[in-house]
Amino acid sequence: MHELSIAMQIIEIVEEEAKNHAAVGISAIKLDIGKLSGIEPDALEFAMEEAVRGSMAEKAEVQYNYIQAVSVCEDCCHEFESQDYFKTCPFCNSLNTSLIRGKELKIAAIDLITN
Amino acid sequence: MCGTCGCGEDDHITYRKPGDHNVIHTHSHQHGDLTHVHPHAHPHSHDHSHEHEHAHEHDHVHTLNLERNILSKNELSAERNRGYFEGMKIVALNLVSSPGSGKTSLLEKTISKIKDKIDTAVIEGDQQTLNDANRIEKTGAPVIQINTGNGCHLDALMVNKAMKQLNLKQNSLLFIENVGNLVCPSLFDLGETKRVVIISVTEGDDKPAKYPTMFETADLCVINKTDLSPYVDFDEEKLKATALTVNPNLEFISLSAKTEEGMDKWIQWLSDLKTN
Repeated sequence: MHELSIAMQIIEIVEEEAKNHAAVGISAIKLDIGKLSGIEPDALEFAMEEAVRGSMAEKAEVQYNYIQAVSVCEDCCHEFESQDYFKTCPFCNSLNTSLIRGKELKIAAIDLITN
Repeated sequence: MCGTCGCGEDDHITYRKPGDHNVIHTHSHQHGDLTHVHPHAHPHSHDHSHEHEHAHEHDHVHTLNLERNILSKNELSAERNRGYFEGMKIVALNLVSSPGSGKTSLLEKTISKIKDKIDTAVIEGDQQTLNDANRIEKTGAPVIQINTGNGCHLDALMVNKAMKQLNLKQNSLLFIENVGNLVCPSLFDLGETKRVVIISVTEGDDKPAKYPTMFETADLCVINKTDLSPYVDFDEEKLKATALTVNPNLEFISLSAKTEEGMDKWIQWLSDLKTN
């Protein structure tokens, strides 16, 4: 259940940014979450509902952009979608592959309310 | 930050050395949380001010493109730790596994074998108790116990606070025994030099298939309790093959901390890290 730690980190960062920009509230939080980032979507969305309470983001709409994982094979150069952590290239069976998308754990943007 | 109740406090995390009997701080903080949470839970007046905000929203909402890593704070702390370790020529190992894989037994045996050659210190992570720190203390190595309360992993800041109390020596070896958990600790860089995942033969050879993230982020996989292999259906080659599909660079050492079979390879691996 590390998703609550993650949710708390999100709130800490967005509140810090909001204060730095003299905002009075946060109306939206846009998150980029890679499908292989180690985050369980249901757990994160549940944790976020709890984490926003009493924060500047209490009424914020949280948008989750889940990013499909994509790997590239270093041997045959094909790109392929990865559903899991197993790295075998479906074209040449090489294990010499690298994930190029899907590990994101990022706050893409926030909407700030200012007076 | 509290990853359990989300209270924004981390004071219910305790840092203790064997012999310490400090009190648990939970009560005062729970009161703090309650008073903190309540004022936000029920007033209806919020609705009015919310409508008020709406009237002005078009003029006063602006988007800030952050593109900021959510774990950036932990990563910053981890890099601080890493820089400290490099400057002090300390090799720090993050030991991760399920509960009961034999991490503490392996450490006890390891320290007793190397303590005359390498200064070794230990940070123990568990949800509760000083049990592991008490076991390590008997080996003579400096040890500090982090109790995470209900937290499921160590983070870089906890390690930073703990290591300040250990007075680490130059050219030493630091073992960080993470909370027994094959899921959450994989996401949290502690600033370690290498990450070591430990699995025992009694756990089944499909662990890398079930918990791939931990094997993906580890540098070495120690297969422990090999003395029990004849009694369990554990296919070591199958485990290795599965783990390699997740992490082709993973190294393996099979050993028994109990009989000490294979311990020499582990000690050699540690010594090589020290000299590199």
